[in-house]
Amino acid sequence: MARWGMVIDLNKCTGCAECVTACKVENNVAVVGKDESEMGRTMLWMDILTHYEGEYPNTKVRYLPRPCLQCDNPPCTKVCPVRATYLDPEGIVAQIFPQCIGCRYCMAACPYTVKSFNWYEPHWPQEMAAALNPDVSARPAGVVEKCTFCVHRLQKAKEQADSENRELQDNEYIPACAEDCPTQAISFGDLDSPHSEVSELIRSPRIFTLLEELGTEPKVYYLSEIE
Amino acid sequence: MQKNDLLEKDRDLFYSIEHTGPAFYWMVGLLMTILAFALFTYIIQIKFGLGITGLAQPISWGFYIVNFVFFIGISHAGTLISAILRLSKAEWRRPITRMAEVITAIVLAIGGLHPIIDQGQPERILHLVTSGRLQSPLLWDVTSITAYFAASTVYLYLPLIPDIAILRDRGTKPRWLYQFLSWGWQGTERQKKILERAINILMVMVIPIAVSVHTVISYIFAMTIQPGWHSTIFGPYFVAGAIFSGIAALLIVMIAFRKVYHLERYLKEIHFKYLSTLLLIMSLIWFYFTFSEYLTTFYGHEPDEMKVFFYKFTGDFSPYFWIMVICNFIIPVGILSNSKTRNITGIFIASVCVLIGMWLERLIIVVPSLANPRLEYPTGIYIPTLTEWALFAGGVAVFILGFLIFAKYFPLISIWEIEEGRETSISEVAHRLSSYLPDDVEQDEIKKILK
Repeated sequence: MARWGMVIDLNKCTGCAECVTACKVENNVAVVGKDESEMGRTMLWMDILTHYEGEYPNTKVRYLPRPCLQCDNPPCTKVCPVRATYLDPEGIVAQIFPQCIGCRYCMAACPYTVKSFNWYEPHWPQEMAAALNPDVSARPAGVVEKCTFCVHRLQKAKEQADSENRELQDNEYIPACAEDCPTQAISFGDLDSPHSEVSELIRSPRIFTLLEELGTEPKVYYLSEIE
Repeated sequence: MQKNDLLEKDRDLFYSIEHTGPAFYWMVGLLMTILAFALFTYIIQIKFGLGITGLAQPISWGFYIVNFVFFIGISHAGTLISAILRLSKAEWRRPITRMAEVITAIVLAIGGLHPIIDQGQPERILHLVTSGRLQSPLLWDVTSITAYFAASTVYLYLPLIPDIAILRDRGTKPRWLYQFLSWGWQGTERQKKILERAINILMVMVIPIAVSVHTVISYIFAMTIQPGWHSTIFGPYFVAGAIFSGIAALLIVMIAFRKVYHLERYLKEIHFKYLSTLLLIMSLIWFYFTFSEYLTTFYGHEPDEMKVFFYKFTGDFSPYFWIMVICNFIIPVGILSNSKTRNITGIFIASVCVLIGMWLERLIIVVPSLANPRLEYPTGIYIPTLTEWALFAGGVAVFILGFLIFAKYFPLISIWEIEEGRETSISEVAHRLSSYLPDDVEQDEIKKILK
């Protein structure tokens, strides 16, 4: 069985936020508006963290695209009282929206703070609302959501492969962020398959994961910048 | 005849049941208004979502969770203190235990509702039953709080039965209520024996349950790996804080009802002195835990932990933090360790300070850890909205209302236990004391001394 993972090359990332937009459109993530956003209620499954270094004029800005880290040892699924989030057999930390009671314990437990909560009924600008992705269920108010590695794409690709009576091929399943990245900084694939791009990339000496010391074993890896 | 004399002696205890003044109705009306407003805001919250609170990302828990921990903490006043006093045969417990047990029952009901108020999808609460995961500390909470609520309401009810029978025999209205609730109590030897045994079993059972309740509430925080929460000391720290705030609440209730219902004959200075000694001890224990908790963090100096540490000591939350230290330690220790200030007024001020301080402590535990995520996110500050304040006021209103209504129908001081104290406890204590002494004291001598 596959173990899906992602490698983000920070040397290639320009911080353009194309992945953020692609994700938002693909997954029907609500647009909360300016006031709510200023309160800290922006909903982003893929976010870009900005880190400023040095003092003017010798400053440097670093960008770090941050999806759900899809931990192999997720602190969020452990604490869920109703199994609304769980680690699926292919390593994706999945969400079951109709099951979520909205206690927000998983949000409090996630050391990467990746989860968003639907503080209100989600809404979109008119143009977007007319073009919601039918493959991703819209969430009601009062549930927690986060990046799912575009798991609906995996389901579709599997169905396609099944109907053609064959195995799932490499590169058939790829999340929206990885697909849309203009500099191809995001690679995606099966970490256990010896020939996949990601399994080769994670052998690089530049590889690291976020907050490695916590032992959460994320399946989203980063390739450090070359100075 | 003799029995009626005794009851006549205790007529003060029936006063609140048999005479209801206009002040009572005004007070109930006022509290009902506050409660109605709280319900109204809650309905709005259900309709529009939790967006109408001041919560956001990353501070996704606020007043509701703070009040949950706070109210459940106060519940430790009751059953735990009453059980420990009964178990240790402290004779001065007699006028106190009932009030303590009432606090527990009311406050547990209020506190237990808070996680539901906090839920984004409250109608899915039954998912906890149909697909609850026992691996989640939230389920431990549900289990433990339910057990505590069940045990402490029974523990309140059982010693109430003889009193209800007294009210029934006096013909107090509504008769059907006392008829039904007195459960056929006639005060026969056999009934007394069964009641005593039931109370004894419950009082032993209730102590570990009470300790478990606040321990697992602390586990909600301690089981995560978040800075400021992931601490092994949290279980006992929360239990100590809970007993601390519980005693303060009990003292406030005792002082208030002593004044309102003129119970000075029953709740004497000595009761307040003894309980305030406990409060003083708990204040020192609280300081000890707090000191250990923060010194360990500071000495280790892990960067993520220090972000939370400085947020509390010098950052946005420093006013609350230092007010907490003043309210929980400096004021109570100052007042209670000085015999001049350790009078009823002083004890009242100290208790109010402790309640404020303990509420702030819960706030200081919940919010700063969420406000300082490990990764670099922009974090706002948490400002509770009118909804959250209204529901807080509603919780306090339910507490007072619950007490008033209880006092309207049942005696706030256990009548039969006071009687029992008059009849048997003096000689019982004398015998017990004589058994502590090195030389054998003859039965006749005790009787002589008693006379």
